[in-house]
Amino acid sequence: MATNPFQKADSASSITRPPSGGERGTDSVFRGIAYACAGIIVLLVIAILWELGKQALPAMSEYGLGFWYGTTWDVNKEVFGVLPEIWGTLYSSLLALLLGGVFGIAIAIFLTQDFIHQKLALVFRTIVELLAAIPSVVYGLWGIYVLIPVIRPVADWLHTNLGWFPLFGTDLSGPGLAPAALVLAIMILPTVAAISVDAFRRIPYKVKEAAYGMGTTKWEAILKVMLPTASSGILAALVLGFGRALGETMALAMLIGNANQISLSLFAPANTLASLLASSFPEAGAVEVQALMYAALVLLLITFIVNVAGLAVQQYTVRKFEGKQ
Amino acid sequence: MQSLRRFVRTLVAAGAAAVLVACSGGDSSDGEAQMADGGDLVIRGAGATFPKPLYDKWIDIYGAQTPGVAFQYAGVGSGKGIAMFLAGKDPAGEVFGGAEIDFGASDAAMSDADLDEVGERGAVMVPMTGGMVVLAYNLPGVEDLTLSREAIEGIFSGDIKNWRDERIAATNPDLDLPKRTITPVVRRDSSGTTFIITSHLAEAFPAWRDGPGAGKQIDWPGGSMAVNYNEGVAQRVKVTEGGIGYMEYQFAKRLGLPMATLQNKAGDYVEPTAAAGSAGLGAAPEVPDDLRVFVPDPPGAEAYPIVGYTWLLLYQQYPDAERRVALKDAILWGLTEGQPIAEEMGYIPLPGDMVRLARAKVDAIQ
Repeated sequence: MATNPFQKADSASSITRPPSGGERGTDSVFRGIAYACAGIIVLLVIAILWELGKQALPAMSEYGLGFWYGTTWDVNKEVFGVLPEIWGTLYSSLLALLLGGVFGIAIAIFLTQDFIHQKLALVFRTIVELLAAIPSVVYGLWGIYVLIPVIRPVADWLHTNLGWFPLFGTDLSGPGLAPAALVLAIMILPTVAAISVDAFRRIPYKVKEAAYGMGTTKWEAILKVMLPTASSGILAALVLGFGRALGETMALAMLIGNANQISLSLFAPANTLASLLASSFPEAGAVEVQALMYAALVLLLITFIVNVAGLAVQQYTVRKFEGKQ
Repeated sequence: MQSLRRFVRTLVAAGAAAVLVACSGGDSSDGEAQMADGGDLVIRGAGATFPKPLYDKWIDIYGAQTPGVAFQYAGVGSGKGIAMFLAGKDPAGEVFGGAEIDFGASDAAMSDADLDEVGERGAVMVPMTGGMVVLAYNLPGVEDLTLSREAIEGIFSGDIKNWRDERIAATNPDLDLPKRTITPVVRRDSSGTTFIITSHLAEAFPAWRDGPGAGKQIDWPGGSMAVNYNEGVAQRVKVTEGGIGYMEYQFAKRLGLPMATLQNKAGDYVEPTAAAGSAGLGAAPEVPDDLRVFVPDPPGAEAYPIVGYTWLLLYQQYPDAERRVALKDAILWGLTEGQPIAEEMGYIPLPGDMVRLARAKVDAIQ
């Protein structure tokens, strides 16, 4: 009869033993703290919703759904509507997502798919992540004094020559949608890039080897194997980036132009919910504050919908491309 | 919620301050001015941003002459200035950390409804200086723009959308105006400057009176950029090609913005100069007892069309004698020795009659 090699370790007075009372105690204390922390986060969200809802309630009952599609913000006549702000928020964020997303994913591919040496990749990654550390006021100033003068001639050329196209329907006077979206794209770039890099890193090296083994070229491997496999992580990056763009305040308050209008033109001034809140809140009277609280609630709801939708798409891709259930 | 407000205000202030510092080369832009330290008595006031450069200057000079008393003035806009005066402090508890204020300031005086709310301390309105609201613009290569009354109304009602519009070209035959969108820059906050220009437009154009109307805060047409404070308007015009905004003379001058020559009621075109401003304010009708004089559309060939007084809002009674005396002395100084300083800074000194009436008001404060 063959000897069981594990027999001896098991029978001897070994290091395995049932947990002692003290260890059980530590364990349950730690578990309690973890539960408490998770609970506090949920409570915090509820508290924010409660507080916002309480203060927005008068405005909600007063303006109802009309608040969503109203286009005037007149403190004197107490008529409030945030459609231009909703439009500006979504428009600027989508543009930023488009630009920041493409560049962020491109950077992630560049840094993870053996285009440059590992050490150099680390340096690049650090530089991209440094972008996240720049305060948004600085982005705003940079946008006003550097970016706008640079893109103004381009915008004016586009308007003069392609003015019939709705996106170039006006000239760029200064603060407007285009500079705001560009700066926003740079601001979400580190988020998108860093999380996408992690998504690519998570793919086992074997997958790439298998792809090469089947005779793919480098680009076929990247586009047909690596990108779909990393897609759920990349989507998470995009959702996070979009959420950041929706809520960004200071840089946009300085760059978007604070104009209460709905325009398709990329160069027209617009407004966003967050920048409306920032610029009106400090000066608002009692009635306007209620309307602003309602606007904050609208912003919260939009962010929530975006996150849920993002999660749904992400799960779909996990099933489709990563073969998990 | 208060802390949230404070947080938002700090953020916005930081942004605005950064912008201002960047474009005016580090001018003081703090929102709150302070002078003379070591004094036991601190007299605080808050309100209009329109006269803030002048009040800051007065505090500098007068504060240096009077040890033991410190003056602080916060530029929070006329609307909020009135609200703070009525409450006796900042209801939101931010300005001066919620400490009591001794006077308010407004370019729109106080309405009868406001006066009803004052209560038993009573209120006195004392005009301190006059000012011109100029239309400053940003058009590279264009230095001497002339605007007719119709053009001003058209620009701010959103009717005239491009600088090549014939209503603008008509008064500027020599200028090569760019084919650029006009971006009006207006005030978002409750503002006496807005009150002065909208009163002018409402007086001159019945259509404006029935449409947007006159007030400290109105609903401007869609394409206009709405920003906070006189500083904010000046700064935004500075960075917006094709932008035009209304602000007190001093703010345009500080940032080196060109100011338009405007057409007055008599049909003449006048530049914003001290003489034209005085002619405008001097055209005031009879001065009522409470010194609330508005000159929305002064007649006279020399008169600058958009002018207004700016008032200090004082209580009729100050229980603390020391405080009362210090405040009264300071205001009398402003009404007399302060006037030439106002003129130097581009404000309009008060006419002699007005000074006399204002002094009588101040003397009557108990």
